[in-house]
Amino acid sequence: MLAVPSHLQVLEAEAIHVMREVAAELETPVLLFSGGKDSIVLLRLAEKAFRPGPFPFPVMHIDTGHNFPEAIEFRDRRVEELGERLIVASVQESIDKGRVREETGPRASRNRLQTVTLLDAIEAHGFDAAFGGARRDEERARAKERIFSFRDDFGQWDPRRQRAELWSLYNGRVRRGEHVRVFPISNWTELDVWEYILGEGLEVPPLYTAHEREVFERDGMLYAVSDFMERLEGEEPFTESVRYRTVGDMSCTGAVRSTAATLEAVVAEIAATRVTERGETRADDRVSEAAMEDRKREGYF
Amino acid sequence: METTAAAQTAAGAGAEAAAKAHPQLLRFATAGSVDDGKSTLIGRLLYDAKSLHADTIEQVESASRSRGDGTLDLALLTDGLRAEREQGITIDVAYRHFATPRRRFIIADTPGHAQYTRNMVTGASTADLAIVLVDAREGMLTQSRRHAAIAGLLGIPRIVLAVNKMDLVDWDGDVFRRICGDFRGWASRLDVEELACIPISALKGDNVVERSANLDWYGGPTLLQYLEEAPVAAGLSGGPMRLPVQWVVRAPELEHRGYAGQLASGTVHVGDEVVVLPAGTTSRVTAVDAPAGSVDAAGAPLSVAVRLADELDVARGALICRAGEEPLSSREVEATLCWLGEAQSQPRGRYLLKHTTSTVRAVLDTIHHTLEVEKLTERGGAESLTRNEIGRVVLRTSDPLFFDRYVDNRTTGSFILIDEATNETVGAGMIDGGR
Repeated sequence: MLAVPSHLQVLEAEAIHVMREVAAELETPVLLFSGGKDSIVLLRLAEKAFRPGPFPFPVMHIDTGHNFPEAIEFRDRRVEELGERLIVASVQESIDKGRVREETGPRASRNRLQTVTLLDAIEAHGFDAAFGGARRDEERARAKERIFSFRDDFGQWDPRRQRAELWSLYNGRVRRGEHVRVFPISNWTELDVWEYILGEGLEVPPLYTAHEREVFERDGMLYAVSDFMERLEGEEPFTESVRYRTVGDMSCTGAVRSTAATLEAVVAEIAATRVTERGETRADDRVSEAAMEDRKREGYF
Repeated sequence: METTAAAQTAAGAGAEAAAKAHPQLLRFATAGSVDDGKSTLIGRLLYDAKSLHADTIEQVESASRSRGDGTLDLALLTDGLRAEREQGITIDVAYRHFATPRRRFIIADTPGHAQYTRNMVTGASTADLAIVLVDAREGMLTQSRRHAAIAGLLGIPRIVLAVNKMDLVDWDGDVFRRICGDFRGWASRLDVEELACIPISALKGDNVVERSANLDWYGGPTLLQYLEEAPVAAGLSGGPMRLPVQWVVRAPELEHRGYAGQLASGTVHVGDEVVVLPAGTTSRVTAVDAPAGSVDAAGAPLSVAVRLADELDVARGALICRAGEEPLSSREVEATLCWLGEAQSQPRGRYLLKHTTSTVRAVLDTIHHTLEVEKLTERGGAESLTRNEIGRVVLRTSDPLFFDRYVDNRTTGSFILIDEATNETVGAGMIDGGR
């Protein structure tokens, strides 16, 4: 008998199993890739599930137009290295076409608009499954979501009508117009993700390690100075050594003060941290107690 | 020396952090009602195991304040949905994660109301261990028996009876021993490897993570100690090898063809003589591709792909096993079926049956009897099963199933039923045997 595998090996095995189930049982899956750490892990798991064959799905990014340039550069390079197909769905295009209306003012964000772009892209390409890198430890509505999360014709999540999910038997059956969101790393924590990235020697965008950046402070968070954010009176820019714990839009993702210049140092800091990643760095979750639940019901990631 | 997948990953370049700590994963389910203090217990485990972040605690503090009861309400940590917070109930299974230096834990937190049996079944299906919570003032209730019975039925090898609210019975050892005796007497009829009873106070924190001075008459482990020491199901690499094929990895330019799946039990080695079912063709394993690369052997529950010496017709739904270790096979199975669907089962109803990686058609032929789980007794003569009912049934399938009895293998012995009209998962089945 072999040694009992580690927790990461068990989580990895579960995630690979989930990816292969989707590839086998659904017609037109897609993998959502943002250039962030969670979707970087998804790409690695897809390699483990399907190499030396090609991925049985394309990779798609919902580009808000407000992304960090480092994340976009990394996205393009990573997908090219893999030799897979990248689809970019653009929020700017949704705005130009009049599908959504841009928020205005210094607190404007394109976070919520992404949902429309995502649902439009899913419909236009006829995708019946979309892999996402969401994890249950991120947020309490997510703690209740299935690994195979069924979405109706409107892309909506209904927490009271979720399909029972037992053993490793997933029910991904959908009708035309419906789809499933699939979260292979549902059971991973932030620390698991980082330990996996370290163990696998995966490259991440330089945003995740400490670097000097021009920032300003708002509501206790540090935001990058960029063309996408108007500063309010008194919000003076200054230079600080920072890193990011999550990578979303520049307009809603805050940085943390840090001098952790290597991934090992980052992992040590995260293991010791006392604040959750979304609480520390995501303005989009600070709106209300049920901010995530509400957005998920509308079809958000 | 044999290279194993486990050893390779640990030795992988730059895997220092992963190798240094090599903790195992334990999945456990918790059952009990709000009144038993289940949410408080989970909150206490997370809080005392220092798995909570400061902003999460602040959120709970501010919510506790707005309710005006002054104390930190740990139960608020586990209510995920708006309706749950508003109504003060738990609707759905929630999965929570925490770690100690020794282990990573996944909690399936299942609601306790009788009508939510389906949630308990769901949470229990993958658990290595179940915690059934009772109120020391009440002792074993119908509902506690129901929870323990479902845990037993779902093949969870270990059940812990956590006798909570010991502070409200003056930490009285006699109360604990009486409840524990009741439980053991009743539960001896369940097919469970190990039963444990632990006196605790989730509210005060006694014997959850910290050993209690109030309960000095109790010499056993605290709840967390027990969780850290219980064996995990990840040690499935013994037993007959079962590889249900999910997907065929093809790279024609490399003449590569790998049969990919997650090992349900046992260990596959290069050189193994194998049988591919249902065809019954035989071949030899020439390579085992594990997540860490090509290895000599890999064990359950790893996801692997195997390459074979011969070109065979192997598709999704096939089962690869070692020659001489074939599973049972039948087009008619006896099963214990938990009904999950909103509508009751149809007499001789037709469903899709998903078993490992194959989906076949099935007819619900006979319902021998339904189970009154809280009494562990049978009631005959049912025409159909309604939601949350559990029955002993016979199913006929369009193609033969290759299976093990559920008591022998929870993966190759389980199935779900899907209603083709609604695509809803309407049944969860455990195979007792073929006919």
